[in-house]
Amino acid sequence: MKISRHRTQQIAKTIIWVAAFSTLGVMFLILYQVLREGLPLLHLQFFLGPPRQMGRTGGIFSTIVGTLVLTAVAVVIATPLGVGTAIFLREYTRESRVSRIIRFGTDCLAGVPSIIFGLFGFVFFVIFLKMGWSILSGGLTLATMILPTIICTAEEAIKSISYSLREVSYGLGATRWQTIRKVVLPNAFPGILTGVLLGVGRSVGETAAVILTAGSSFLMPDSLFSPIRTMAVHFYILAREGISMEMAYATGAALILLILAINTAANWLMYRYVHRG
Amino acid sequence: MENRFKVVIQNFEFHYGPVLALKDLNLSIRPNQIFAILGPARSGKTTLLKSLNRLNDLIFGTRHRGQVYIDGQEIFSEQMSLPELRRRVGMVFDLPTPLPMSIFDNVAYGPRLKGIGERSRLGEIVETSLTAAVLWDEVKDRLYSSALRLSGGQQQRLCIARMLALEPEIIMLDEPCSGLDPISTASIEKSLMSLKEKYTILLVPHNIQQASRVADRVGFFLGGELIEEGPSEEIFTRPKVKKTEDYISGRFG
Repeated sequence: MKISRHRTQQIAKTIIWVAAFSTLGVMFLILYQVLREGLPLLHLQFFLGPPRQMGRTGGIFSTIVGTLVLTAVAVVIATPLGVGTAIFLREYTRESRVSRIIRFGTDCLAGVPSIIFGLFGFVFFVIFLKMGWSILSGGLTLATMILPTIICTAEEAIKSISYSLREVSYGLGATRWQTIRKVVLPNAFPGILTGVLLGVGRSVGETAAVILTAGSSFLMPDSLFSPIRTMAVHFYILAREGISMEMAYATGAALILLILAINTAANWLMYRYVHRG
Repeated sequence: MENRFKVVIQNFEFHYGPVLALKDLNLSIRPNQIFAILGPARSGKTTLLKSLNRLNDLIFGTRHRGQVYIDGQEIFSEQMSLPELRRRVGMVFDLPTPLPMSIFDNVAYGPRLKGIGERSRLGEIVETSLTAAVLWDEVKDRLYSSALRLSGGQQQRLCIARMLALEPEIIMLDEPCSGLDPISTASIEKSLMSLKEKYTILLVPHNIQQASRVADRVGFFLGGELIEEGPSEEIFTRPKVKKTEDYISGRFG
């Protein structure tokens, strides 16, 4: 049977609409479920109080601190390394065996499940380097985990800058480093920020690798060598060990709000940057 | 090396990988003149310009043979500093290429790389350069707005100003008027005529009429070879080589 061109159009349109709306639908369903259960429990005392009775009551302040500090450590370590690697691949080497090996390596790492990074972090940072369950071990582990994403997005951002801009910069007497600093990096900034944000998202949401390397203590950390519990881990433990479904939902709702806040801040930063001058 | 020449090119050849772009070139260029490089597409014009400031070095797999001297100094020698060479030999490309920053920052880009940081000194350079490129009056009230918001003709004059801010000795323009309207073209030509008193100018004109309007001497290139070179009025009225005559009278190209 031959289907008319008009009919094909209609079918294609239907499929695309269904795809788009089921994606949106699933997203809203998840948000609705978590926020409906969690939002009513969110009040100031919950955000600012310490967890009590294993988290059955009390607040989540130390886990918020844990999440932010751990993510910050991961991003602060991974961003310069990742951007540096991307610059190396794009500006300092041509397509060569070395660059192909690095790219193949990062592509493979990007597909490795987080628990493997957790295991590596546990064996290497926690045991071998004797850092123990700590913010530092966890942050380093998360850094290795988000590194491939940052390299890949930064490289794409650098690649998309036109050759003529570089040529102009060299033509005006710039050295390679001056060209990178004044032309390449400023123009790649929005793309690099996107990669960092993806990294932030993965760090904030990670559980398995964090439990293995940063522990799950909900005491307030006092140095980079203290163990911590992140919000995601807190949520996991509350739900998994049946401590309190209510508090789990509340933590989940707070986590969603945190991610929303981070993304809003990043968008604002990007907007300010693009519309400067 | 005779002093009356600013640029002396001897037995120069240039390859992109296996492709020979310039063949056995011998050419000397005098200071304070406009030298027009004429020829159809792929005749080696841009290659010649980008060899003189060694921008071709950025491309992988290029090779050269022969010598190029600027003021008697071999530019391919070990001692030659590339940033220094590129400041002495300024270049404007065929398409306007403002950097995505303000007008002021575009013009101050080169001087800042040289280490000039004082606001007042930079301001002076920016004003002088923009004035020389006949752009100052149009942009003096919006120096800090983005250069990308200028029109095509203004952007190209900005590129000229940016190059002049380097205080070069030689300026090279690669079809600076392609894609510009006749009025912008006229104002660029006007600024060229006044610039030649201070500089040595190499121009790839975007058509034969432009060459005949502004050039003192003309070199005609074809397939990477210099076919004929001489004073402008000679080349345009009684060329010695048949190919030159054919090109100038519009029989090909």
